Formats: sequence, C-alpha cells, structure tokens
Amino acid sequence: MTTNAVWLKIDAERLVHALHQACENLNSAEREVALDFSFVRRIDPGALRAMEKLAGVADDKAVKVVLRGVNVDVYKVLKLVNLTPRFSFLA
Amino acid sequence: MTVLAKLEENKSMSENFSGPSEERIAYLEGLVGQARIAAAAFTQYTQEDVDRIVKAMVLAGLEQAQYLAELAIKETRLGVLEDKALKNMVATEFIYNYVKDKRTVGVIREFPERGLVEVAEPIGVIFSLTPITNPTSTVLFKCIMAIKTRNAVIFSPHPNAWHCCHEAVRIMYEAALKHGAPEGVFACLESHTLQDNAYLMHHKDVGLIDATGGPSAVKAAYSSGKPALGVGPGNTPVYLEKTADLDTAVVDIITSKTFDNGTICASEQTVVIDDEIYDLVLKNFADLGAHICNEKETKLLGRTVIDPETGFMQPMAVGQKATDIARMIGLSVKPNTKLLIAPIRGVGREHPLSVEKLFPVLSVYRAKSVDEALKVCVDVNHAGGLGHTAVIFSNNDEIIRKFGEMMNAGRIIVNSPGSVGALGGIYNDMVPTFSFGCGTGGGNSTTDNVNVYHYLNIKRMSRRTPAHMWLRIPNHIYFNLNAVENLRQFASRSTVIVTSSLLEQIGHVDIVRRYLPQQTRVHVEVIPDAEPEVKVVMQGVEALKLYKADQIIALGGGAVLDAAKIMKLKYESPEADLQELAAPFLDIRKRVVQFPTEKINPARLIAISTTSGTGSEVTPFAVLSDKERGRKVTLADYSLTPDVAIIDPQFVMSMPKGLTADTGIDCLTHAMEAAVSLYASPYSDPNAMQAIQLVFKYLPIAYEHPQNEEARCMMHNAACIAAIAFANVSVGVNHALAHAFGARFGVPHGRANGLMLPHVIAYNASVPSKFMPSPNQRGYGAHKKYAAIADMLGLGGDTVEEKVKNLVAATEQLLDQVAIPRSIAELGISKEEFERAMPDLVRSAFEDPSGRTNPRMTLMSEMVELFWSAYQGRGLAKVASAS
Repeated sequence: MTTNAVWLKIDAERLVHALHQACENLNSAEREVALDFSFVRRIDPGALRAMEKLAGVADDKAVKVVLRGVNVDVYKVLKLVNLTPRFSFLA
Repeated sequence: MTVLAKLEENKSMSENFSGPSEERIAYLEGLVGQARIAAAAFTQYTQEDVDRIVKAMVLAGLEQAQYLAELAIKETRLGVLEDKALKNMVATEFIYNYVKDKRTVGVIREFPERGLVEVAEPIGVIFSLTPITNPTSTVLFKCIMAIKTRNAVIFSPHPNAWHCCHEAVRIMYEAALKHGAPEGVFACLESHTLQDNAYLMHHKDVGLIDATGGPSAVKAAYSSGKPALGVGPGNTPVYLEKTADLDTAVVDIITSKTFDNGTICASEQTVVIDDEIYDLVLKNFADLGAHICNEKETKLLGRTVIDPETGFMQPMAVGQKATDIARMIGLSVKPNTKLLIAPIRGVGREHPLSVEKLFPVLSVYRAKSVDEALKVCVDVNHAGGLGHTAVIFSNNDEIIRKFGEMMNAGRIIVNSPGSVGALGGIYNDMVPTFSFGCGTGGGNSTTDNVNVYHYLNIKRMSRRTPAHMWLRIPNHIYFNLNAVENLRQFASRSTVIVTSSLLEQIGHVDIVRRYLPQQTRVHVEVIPDAEPEVKVVMQGVEALKLYKADQIIALGGGAVLDAAKIMKLKYESPEADLQELAAPFLDIRKRVVQFPTEKINPARLIAISTTSGTGSEVTPFAVLSDKERGRKVTLADYSLTPDVAIIDPQFVMSMPKGLTADTGIDCLTHAMEAAVSLYASPYSDPNAMQAIQLVFKYLPIAYEHPQNEEARCMMHNAACIAAIAFANVSVGVNHALAHAFGARFGVPHGRANGLMLPHVIAYNASVPSKFMPSPNQRGYGAHKKYAAIADMLGLGGDTVEEKVKNLVAATEQLLDQVAIPRSIAELGISKEEFERAMPDLVRSAFEDPSGRTNPRMTLMSEMVELFWSAYQGRGLAKVASAS
C-alpha cells in the first residue's frame, strides 16, 4: 500500500491563516498530511477553532493529519479541548 | 455533535428536570464550547500575562464603579447608590490589593525545608450565579478572580439584575480582551431560566459552580453533583457585652446594618444586649437616628416584613430604606430615621423578627446574664445563620473567646461592623471577598472568604525526603581487660547493683565493689537471671527508692541489664505505664506513646555485661516477659540506653560453652540484620561489618578455648560493636521470628536466632515479593550487602548469587562449629505441636517491631515458610536469584 504524505510547515505568526490554508488544501488523494508545529509556541482560541475545523474536514476526506513537533504546552491545550484523538502526533 | 447527542451526553441532567429546547441547548453548548476553548488557551499564559490583564480590568472597574452602581440601583431598586459604588470599588481596588502579589500561575508556593512545591492548575470553565443584592460588585470580583487564576466564566445573573451584571461583564471582558485575554473567556447568559442553569450546572465541561445567592440557587448548585462553591444566606447574631465601647459599637452597628440598606448577608440581624447597658444602648441608637419600636410596632413589623407563611423576609422590604419600610407598613417615624429597632423576647417562629432581614430592621434582645446572652446568640445562629457570620462587641477576652467557641460561623467579627467587617480588608485582615463560605452548617464546602485559591486546583509536588538518621550511643563506653576500673570516676552517694545470684557467688560483684568510690553506699539487688517479669522489676524499684539510689549498676547478661533499664524507668518516672509504652509503632520518631521525660529520681545507669551477645549495655531496648500472653514485650526508647557501658572481658571468661555459642550467634544475628536494615547507614555499616568479621574469626576460638583471652575480649567487643549498629538501625525479621519462637518454646534467644539465620539470609537475598516502604531504600540491596560481607570474609564467588550462597554456607558451618541445633525438629518439638503453634507464632512475629526494618516486607505466609524451613533445618536454604 502506498502512502502519500504531504509536509506543511505551519507559520506560527499566522497560525489561523496557515491552518485554514491547510484545511482548504486537504485532498482525498493524499492519505496523510503532516503539519510541522515546531515553531508554534502558543495557540489561541481562533487557532483552536481552526484546528477543530481541520479535524472535521480531514475526517470527511479520510485524510490522516499528523502534527509534528508539537510542544507540550500546546499539546496540553489540544488535550483540554479533546482534539488529541483526532490527530496523530510525531516527535 | 448533534443537539440530541449532547442531550444524551448529559443523561443525569435529563433525568432530573425537563431540559431546555433544542435551540436553547445549541446556544448553551456554544457558550460552553467557547469558554472551554478560552480556558484551554488560557493555560499557556504566564503570571505576568494575567497580572497585566487583571490590573487593566481593575482600572476599568474602578472607572465604571459609579456607572455600574447607578445601573444596579435603577434595575434592582435595592440598596443605596453611594454604597453600591463603594462596593464596586472594594470589589476592584481591595481585591486587587489582595491578589496583586499572589502567585496563581505555575509554582505558587515553595517549602524547601519540606521538599514541597505547590503548583496551580486552573479549573477551566466556571459557571457562576450572581445575586440581586450585590450584583455588579460580585461580577467584578468574580471576573478578577477568574482572570487571576486563568479560568473562563459563564455568568448567570439574577434575572432582576441581568442588565447591570451584563454590563459589568462587558466592561471586564473588553478590558481583559484588550490586554490579551483569550477570546471567549467571559460570557453572560442572554436571559436565563432555571432550565438553563440546571443544564449548565450538569454540563460535563463545567468544572466548578460558584453560586452566590439565595438558598435555592445554592442548593441547586450542590445538588448538581459538580464541585461547587455555594454561598447563601445568614442570620448574624451580635452580642453587645457590657464591657464594650458602647459609642463605637452603636455607630458600627448602624453603619453596618444600613450599609446598602442591609443587603449584605453578613449584616447584623439581632443584637443581644446585656441588661446593665440595654437602656443606654437603645438611647444611643435613638440619638443617632434609629427608631425604637414599641411592642405594638414590633408586632406590626413582624406581621408585615416577614412572610407569616414561610417565616422568611418579604422580598418587598429587601434593600429598602427604613423610612420607606415604615411608610409601607403604616408606621410613623421621623423623616431622618436610619434604622428600625424592634425589641424581641425570643428566637423562633413565634418571634418572626429573629430571622434574617436584608433591610434596615434590627432586632434587639435584653439579656439578664452572659449565659443567657450566649444562649440567645446560639439560637439566632441556628435560626438560619449557621456557618455565616457572628459579631461581638466586648473588651472581655474570656467572653470573646467563649463567644468564638459557641458560634458556628465562618467569620466571627470582634468589635467591628458585621457586613463591612466580613467583606475583609477594611476593618480587619480577613481575605477580601464578595462570597462568604458558610461551612457544612450552611451546606457549603468551605468556611473561607472565597478567594483566588478556591478558583484553583492546587497541586502539591513533593520531593522524596530521606528520613533523618542518627547514631546514639552511651556517653561513655570503656572496653578491654580491667575496664571496670573506670567505675572510680563516677561519684555516687548510693548505688544499687542489680545482678544475679550466680554472679554474686563467683565474685563478680566484689570486683565491682572494689572500684566504687569509698564514700558510696552500696546495696546489691539480686534478681533471677531470666527475662524480667513485672514483679521482679517492681521489687527492684522499691529497693532503689529505699536506698535513694543515684546510681544503678547492672551487672549481668541481657536479662539483668534489661531489668535494670526498666527499673530505672519506673524509678525515675513512677507513672510510666509499661503496657502502654510497649504499644506497637512503625517509626520510633512518630510513635503514639511517648516515654516520660520528667524524672523525679534521676539516676545514672552503668551497664556491665557478663555475656557477649545481647549488647544491651549500649541499646535502647529492653525485653520484658509477658507470661500471661506467652510472649516477649519489647520496650524501645533511647531514654532506656545506659549512660555508661563497661565492656570488660574478665566478666565473660567463665561463660559456659553453650552460653558462649548462644550469645555469640545472637551477636552475629544483630550484625547481619543491622547490615541489611532499611535504616542501615554509613555510620552503622562499619560497626556491623566489623562485628561480623570478629564473630567469624573469634567465636569458634572462644567456644573451643574458653580461656583464650584475646578471643573472649574480641567477642565481647564484637557484641558491643554489633549492638551499636542495631541500636541505631534496628534488626529484622530474624529477630521477630526468634522472639516469637523463643517465647513460645522456651528456647534461648541466641539459639532461636541461630535456627533462623541461614534461612533469613537466603530469604532476604532473593527478590522480595513485597518491598517495605522506606524513603531510605535506594533500590533493593540486601543481596549486595550479603555479597560484600562474603567478600570481606574471603568466602569467594564470582557473582552476587554465588557469594550469598557462600555466606549462607559459611554461616551454617559456623553454627555447626558452635553446636547450635540444626533444626527446630532437633529440639524435640513435634511437627503437630509446631503446626498448632504456627498461627500464634506468625501473629506474634508480625506484631514484633523488629521486622519493620527488615529489607523486604515479610508477608505472614512467608513467615510460615521461614518457620517451616527452620523446622526442617539447615542445608535446605536456597538462594533465589537476586538479580
């Protein structure tokens, strides 16, 4: 089975915009999309809503979204809003 | 998630009430979802972030204090504009003053000496009900607390104070948002119903309900099953005692009761006044603008401002001026009347004005005595005011203290106004608040003035703190041949020598006498050379009293030395209860029963051991024989340690072979157990190791050649050195088993130890089925300690396992050399008899404190196995893998 993975670096300064863009670009043809969160130090309510939307779209299109390099503070926030089960995480 | 799914998710809620419409649920879910996201994002904020936001909010609140007061008055028609504005300022400025330097993010407090750090964890989403009586000030207060603690709040204001509260939330939210707070951190229900409240109270994403308001709101909060801060009504009794500063008291009470027209639930309700000052106090009230009701007027008030059906205050009177209330009920008062004062003769339904009245009507009661006054205050306190607030004006500290003991109130205000005093930070140093915890008496979870710490989960990070250790030994230890000569340096008027008849007969007592200063009067107390019984001890104590002894010389084996220790204890502290002092304990530093420290007959105890085994001359232990229960009772306390120990081998030269063997093996067991004790330390290890080395080298020689002076001397030293180790780190399960077995079957202690020793070494060297909790244990190391002993003895072996096996074998060989029986069976104890004794043996061994420091926790089932191994005998000990 082939896995098509797409890697996207997330711009921490324009987090919401970057997430919206990632959402729009989700393509059913790709099995997996990896978002590089290495530069994201803090996540605000707007970005969290964008993450919720992204998770919904990914579910609809059966695309696995992998978050890479999520720091523990952001990870805890995602945990608090029950978003962790909806993404995969890579160190 | 669909609305129906949400409903399903909150099943417990739907069982209890008919829920809101689907559309309404969608709205409520939106609020919770937004608050949840805000709270989650908020967890990333630093202390500096929240402090910056809080300051901005406080300034915004202060700026709008007057505006919000006007809104509140206009909407609720309760209270006094000026007071409402003042409350808004207190709720911002005073709260800020309290919280500004408080750490509420990350590490909030550190206790380095306890290895303890407190870390703040926000709650998340708080659902907050706010009252009609203090609407905007409560909102301001709760907003500041929430931001300071990184929580999100959904407000549900009282329906008759919605607009002003909504505006207060808006002002706080905008200021917070402008300075970086997460979007959605505050929300206010756009109108609300009881169903809305119930839905949110049961919502899984709401972490805490903070309900300030009437009894029904508080009850609903606590009934929800959620953690809740429910803060409800009061009924504040005031005792105006005759020693009080009356001018201050009267002004304070008027100030407080008329503040915001009495809407603060901590305000005074019934003032109980001492008979002697009653008339004067009422005159003072009247002079300052109070109307004193006559009997008819009091009855009229009671009928009108209190609902005769429910017994509670009428809402129409709440927060109204005294003159307006008077006008409403047709009472004629002066136009500047501040307060209506109604004398009452009791508390309860037949005295309607004895309940809470959130308006300027104050009951007064004339008390004939302090006792009567306190009783009436208790009655008022119990008539709806449990846990809330009580006030006393007095300069009699004893009465103030008694009042404090009698009142069930979270706030007991002394010589200051109730309402403004209870708010905290104005008249006293209590924590400023707008939410009064009423404890269990008021159905609340706290008696505190609710503050930021109630909006936090405080996590405690506790570092491992190694138990403090010690090395405690007698002040003087003299050793080697003729060490007894050192007795000369201890002055004494009256010395009692405690010894056995045998030692007197063979001249040992004469040797001791020879070295006592000439002026010393000497009495010899001869006791049986057996484990001391209470009767023997008490006879000895009588002798000590008779001869007014200031020095006791214990000359003998372990039994005599132990007897002398207990005699000294009872002589110095006659009230010492030996049974109580023998109570079990886990840690000597935390024991329940303490040994007496007061000594009415202080005496020096000099211990001269005539055997080389127990080491009792340097230990804090004494064993009593409890014949009734067929077991030994171990007393342990450092106050039992002799003051002087003399280790002179001349007293052991004539020890028979059997005693040499038994005591020598006892010494070896002490050292072996001290070496692997949970409390073993760098201070005890050298002693334990040295003693083991000496025993392996010199015990066979002393046994075979009793007159070998060097061997006797070294074994005598070994016993003392091993005892120095175990006196400080205790022994282990070997001793627990031996105590139980020896007492039951009358087997000498050392021999009983020897029967168990190889089996216990093998047992301790294997991987424990259960570890003994001990902060001093850094990994399991008993097997390594045994291997080190094997190395020291030159027993060979390449691995830890081999070395342990060699140590067991060498121990068995030593036991054989000194003719210790190979098995319990060899003692002539039948299998059946042993089996019958087993339950008692195990119970007794388990209760024995010796086992507490064993490196592995010995289960009762394992004790059974160990007993049976010892029954079957040596050569069977198996070393399990310890790696």
